Amino acid sequence: MSEVIVITSGKGGVGKTTTTANVGTGLAKLDKKVVLIDTDIGLRNLDVVMGLENRIVYNLVDVVEGSCRYKQALIKDKTYPNLFLLPSAQTKDKTSVTPEQMKKLVEELKKEFDYIILDCPAGIEQGFKNAIAAADRALIVTTPEVSAIRDADRIIGLLEANEIKKTDLIVNRIRMDMVKRGEMMSIEDVVEILAIDLIGAVPDDENIVISTNQGQPLVGDNSLAGRAYMNICKRVLGEEVEYLDLNDSGFFKKLSKLFKKSN
Amino acid sequence: MGLFDLFNKKKSGDYAKDRLKLLLVSDRANCSPDIMEQIKNDIIEVISRYMEIDASGLDIQLTQTESEGGNGTVPALYANIPIKDMKTKSKPVK
Repeated sequence: MSEVIVITSGKGGVGKTTTTANVGTGLAKLDKKVVLIDTDIGLRNLDVVMGLENRIVYNLVDVVEGSCRYKQALIKDKTYPNLFLLPSAQTKDKTSVTPEQMKKLVEELKKEFDYIILDCPAGIEQGFKNAIAAADRALIVTTPEVSAIRDADRIIGLLEANEIKKTDLIVNRIRMDMVKRGEMMSIEDVVEILAIDLIGAVPDDENIVISTNQGQPLVGDNSLAGRAYMNICKRVLGEEVEYLDLNDSGFFKKLSKLFKKSN
Repeated sequence: MGLFDLFNKKKSGDYAKDRLKLLLVSDRANCSPDIMEQIKNDIIEVISRYMEIDASGLDIQLTQTESEGGNGTVPALYANIPIKDMKTKSKPVK
């Protein structure tokens, strides 16, 4: 049984594309056959985060318009042979694809892949509607900021209205030093406000910037963010994983110190 | 929150949380500031029929409260209406 996951946030710049790249790569690392679809038409980005920008021949719009078969447009990952990217078009606009076309494409991909992960554009217009049309479940990315949380709440409402029943929250870019000083909302605060299940929290880690520079997702490496993303992947698969202690970021980089956190 | 925090003033994280809680209630209720203003004016009008109130000090907002059934929070309309004079205004007899 394959699962279709949309990664969405409402607000831009909170880490949807980074999360898509890392969750997709992590699932591939866990031996699942995965395809990532960049649905942000006109603002293609997932290809650069994955480090696959030089290999693009065809794109999502070519596939839905029937200019090529989807297999011709899929780009195989550099590291994992069971991971593929369907890039977005850079020169078209969001109206080039309809929700019905997305559903049809995803139905076809389901025959071949265990996980189909859709990177959703910011906003709640056509691009968002395309991205959620075929989704079974959603991962909502937010940061502990007022604007991002407000938009996430709106998105949660829209997903409910579109009958996507399984929605989980990723709190991204948390800074435990600021939380401790009381100058940033805690993970618990965000979960309380949005009232949906938490599937993981990712610290604000400079390694993310480094990995994006290199076009190599860091999921599964020894960095705090790398471990946090790997835990999210395992939870996506239904495993129970203890929550990371995000306090050991920065100066005290201790070895994986795990502790059980009531969720 | 530890005992120490009691002596500290409210931090920005708490402000963020409080602001969001109120904001999301009105977002979710799809209640625009215009509608809130209308509700406020209507409340002033109704209450003024029975007692003298300080309309400038009136504060109404959508907020959340524990439901009486004990199953989480529910939206509530909170109104703080300062009363100047409790004396019932004499109603015109028809």
